[in-house]
Amino acid sequence: KVNCVQFNEESTVIVSGSIDTSVRCWDCRSRTSEPIQILNEAKDGISSVKVSDHEILSGSVDGRIRRYDLRMGQLFADFIGSPITSVCFSKDSQCTLISSLDSTLRLLDKETGELLGEYTGHRNTDCKLDCCFNESDTHVVSGSEDGLVYFWDLIEGSCTLTLPVGKGVVQSLSYHPTQCCLLTATEDTVQLWGDDSEEATTQTPS
Amino acid sequence: MAADDDEDFVYFGSALDPLEGDESTKNPVPLHEQTVRDEKGRYKRFHGAFTGGFSAGYFNSVGSKEGWTPSTFVSSRQQKADKQVFNPEHFMDEEDLEEHGIAPKGITTTDEFASKAKDKIWERSQALASLVAPIPGASILDDLIAPAKITIGVQLLRKMGWKEGQGLGPRVKRKLRRQQPETGVKVYGCSLPDEGSDGSQEEEDEYQPENVTFAPKDVVVVDFTSKDDRNGLGYSGIDPRRALFGASRQDSSNIFNTDSDRASSLLGDIQPSVGRKLGISGQAFGVGALEQEDDDIYARDTLSQYDTVLREEEPEDGLYGWTAPQQYKNTKGSIPHAGSIGKMLAGFCLGSKSAKPKKVYGPPDLPRDYRPVHYFRPVVVPGTVSTIVAQALDASTGQHGTETGPRGRHQLNATQRRQLLGETALQGPSSVFELLTVKDKERLQQEAVSRKLPVQSQAPASEKPSDSQLPALGARLTSSSEFKPFLKNPEKQKRYEEYVEKLNSGQSSALASCLDPNMTEWEREREQYEFSRAAMLYRSTSASLSSRFTRAMVSDDKDTVEVIEQQESDVNDQEAAVKMKMFGRLTRDKFEWHPEKLLCKRFNVPDPYPGSTKSGLLKVKRDKYSVFNFLNVHTAPEPQKMESKTETIKHTRALKPPESRRPSRWDVSAEDKEKGLTDHASGLIGSDSTGETSLTQHTEKEVHQGSETETVELEDTEGEGKRPSMDLFKAIFTSSSEEKSSSSSSEEDEGEDTSEVDPAPGGLVSVQSGPPNPPADLQPVKELDDGRPQSVQCSPENPKGGEEFGPQLPPALCFGNTKPSPDDTVVSPVTRCKWLEEGSSGTAQHKGKPKKKHKDRKEKKAKKEKKKKHKKHKHKSKLRGRKQKDNESSSGDSESEQSDGASDHTDPQSVSDTNLLMRLKVLPLVRR
Repeated sequence: KVNCVQFNEESTVIVSGSIDTSVRCWDCRSRTSEPIQILNEAKDGISSVKVSDHEILSGSVDGRIRRYDLRMGQLFADFIGSPITSVCFSKDSQCTLISSLDSTLRLLDKETGELLGEYTGHRNTDCKLDCCFNESDTHVVSGSEDGLVYFWDLIEGSCTLTLPVGKGVVQSLSYHPTQCCLLTATEDTVQLWGDDSEEATTQTPS
Repeated sequence: MAADDDEDFVYFGSALDPLEGDESTKNPVPLHEQTVRDEKGRYKRFHGAFTGGFSAGYFNSVGSKEGWTPSTFVSSRQQKADKQVFNPEHFMDEEDLEEHGIAPKGITTTDEFASKAKDKIWERSQALASLVAPIPGASILDDLIAPAKITIGVQLLRKMGWKEGQGLGPRVKRKLRRQQPETGVKVYGCSLPDEGSDGSQEEEDEYQPENVTFAPKDVVVVDFTSKDDRNGLGYSGIDPRRALFGASRQDSSNIFNTDSDRASSLLGDIQPSVGRKLGISGQAFGVGALEQEDDDIYARDTLSQYDTVLREEEPEDGLYGWTAPQQYKNTKGSIPHAGSIGKMLAGFCLGSKSAKPKKVYGPPDLPRDYRPVHYFRPVVVPGTVSTIVAQALDASTGQHGTETGPRGRHQLNATQRRQLLGETALQGPSSVFELLTVKDKERLQQEAVSRKLPVQSQAPASEKPSDSQLPALGARLTSSSEFKPFLKNPEKQKRYEEYVEKLNSGQSSALASCLDPNMTEWEREREQYEFSRAAMLYRSTSASLSSRFTRAMVSDDKDTVEVIEQQESDVNDQEAAVKMKMFGRLTRDKFEWHPEKLLCKRFNVPDPYPGSTKSGLLKVKRDKYSVFNFLNVHTAPEPQKMESKTETIKHTRALKPPESRRPSRWDVSAEDKEKGLTDHASGLIGSDSTGETSLTQHTEKEVHQGSETETVELEDTEGEGKRPSMDLFKAIFTSSSEEKSSSSSSEEDEGEDTSEVDPAPGGLVSVQSGPPNPPADLQPVKELDDGRPQSVQCSPENPKGGEEFGPQLPPALCFGNTKPSPDDTVVSPVTRCKWLEEGSSGTAQHKGKPKKKHKDRKEKKAKKEKKKKHKKHKHKSKLRGRKQKDNESSSGDSESEQSDGASDHTDPQSVSDTNLLMRLKVLPLVRR
């Protein structure tokens, strides 16, 4: 079962993470059914995969994030402890944001793995929730199981804003890369949160 | 006239110088002019008794011109004087060492090698032999060529106490022996003349203790040489000695004296006895004062004493005075004339057949190809040598080396000899035990058991201490085909193999059954012992190894193993680190990872390892036994290497709190800025957060006070920066000949061991000073309350939804209700439980555990600090570096505690990285 998929920047490779503990890189340009490479270093299922221009970041239920640096040819594994639900690169690619099932988001320095910040207050103990940065890396956004979207200040780690999205679990969210625009997914609705006056355009899947 | 005469003569040779007138011969040097000179021509004055009466030393004094120099004796503690051993030679001068001195140094034949000591009896027997010899006096040759060694017989006799000149046989009392002739026992043949004992006669005057025995007198062995010559009975040639010596005394007819006479004289008295003279005697030597017989001193051997005519002076019967014994007299008339021989003597008759000449047996004929050189034949064990070599050996020796060959009698044992002879084995009891009745056997056995004596053949259970282990051992024994401990003895080897086989099949009494029943008890015992030992020891190496080790994952013939080059670090450590929120080095593992080439291509990234064909994690073939497998060197450079000194200076100036004990992370100004930020943010965000931040500030202040004293110390340590300990590199990369460095590195290792545990004082104090914060304890609990209901809710659902793993997807998508559906539980039971644990107990642990740890550490530290102290000077710099680390770790500890308390919710202190700070500086703080 595949938990997550991600294109690389040029959309030539699809990286998938599945519960069989493997991250597989699929070639989009050839028709081979074989993956280019299987990264099976994880000890448990892969819950989240992110790809940057030269890195593949994977979070696993075994409590580790693994960053495969293609340029350096190295694998950095950072131990978080509790199962990883979502991983995310910052826009400047200096930090990684990791949300785990201990209701904590952690901001780690990408190079050293040091903890830069911790963001708590939301509830994430069961579900695979997404987290992301805002468009200018000033805030950290994460969904929660209590139907809110939490905004934390990146630096001081204080919760700056809670955005009531719905009653259910805010399972997935995504921030617009350049504009102040947030897309959230709850229960049965995907909501786009705009810049001014928090106007929501709700689309209900029919 | 004279001249004319001279001319008539023919001269041979050169003429002597004619005497010059009346010139007398040289006058002898008169006595007063006679001088004695030494070897150098110096005069020697007659002086005294020593050295033959001549002067000695330096002008008859001692020593030299300077006089006698005393020898010096120096002995110190360092240089012990040698013990001087003085030989007699040290006190001798050169004269003493000369040929005629006391201790002549010239090379002479010693007694041992000198020709035989003159021995009366030997001489006599020689004389006798010479008489008998075909050429009279031929034994002189034997005299000249004397064996240098004494014969073995003489040696043996000497060992038995015999001395030359003594006779053989039991010792006799002198008295008895003396009486012997008086008993009137007739001595036949060549009996010893009585004078022979004249030597002892002199001794008889002395007192003789009664129980003193003496060796018997020596007896000359009668020489039974067969007469095979045509000489007359008892004829011998002229004895040269007799001719020379004895002539003067005896009458002229002595020359032709009879044999018997001669023999007796030889046997009896060659040596000068009373009234007899020997040696060259004549006028020229004068008459000695002790000479008793002086009657014919001036006797002259006149020709009138010799017979001038060979005339018949015997009586008419032609028997030359022979009178036959009485009983033969009657046959006198019937004496036939025996042709050429002449008349027969009365009592003799002509032999009917001539005596056969003595047969001489020649030496045995030697084989034609016999070479009198012995060579050693190499022993070739079959199988060990190639056939070529064996053949070559075969050709060279003419005999195959492997052949057992005729062995010496003593190298064969009884059975082998039996086989050679083709005999059958003796049927009989092989041991004494078989002769015993059953009852006796039992009794013996009991006795043996009670005494713990091994009775071999009877009680195999009690025989050997090792025997009990043997059945177990048997399983491990391989067939003994590859080893033959008793190769030399094929029979034994066969028995041994049999034994091993039986042992393998699990028979406990294997030993007793396979031993040779014909051996003696002792032999059997020995062999049993040998076998059991051999079975224990001579196991094949693979068998012995397999008994100790489990099967290897990689086959043994490769000496490398494929290992993932870097191992992930211990999860427990990392968990602890996570709990302490010490992300970074502790939680990070770095591996070499080879991306697939195609992947690099697709990512538009140059291949980091263009040469490598591998992909994925680097699996390194490592030498199995490399030391580096066990070395866990952290080669990763410390992250804060680039830490500038200015920062630390700044830091020290500001006397900053323990949080800033990690100079790598914390900048004073940055912190200030942050504080400002927090204040600002709290103002913006709301009252709740401001309260918290104020709280944290409060605690910070407290900590400041506690730690202010420590900061001075910290300054030292910080100055050194973060170098990876150079010695480690040195130890690895410098040449191993630098023992000093290696030893120091080892020392350092020790130091690291000790120092790793003990926290720096600063850290300690901070821990002590940091008071537990009430909000800190409360906060996680509150959080827990948030989290718990759901986890409790979910936990019963676990068994149902076991198929899926990982965090669950929100149910809302599927069902549209807010409650998580039971089917959709994503979390595996295990992880779920883990979370629960973390949720419930993790917070509790946060309070108690680290504290406890610190207590332990404190105790340890107290011990180790002492240990460390003397090393401090040596590795000051290193220690500092380490201290730094310790500080970090301990500060981390304290930090975590504090963060537990104060900054769990909003933790500006833990957001600590230069990168972040830099970014913060750059970032325009835009808030919405």
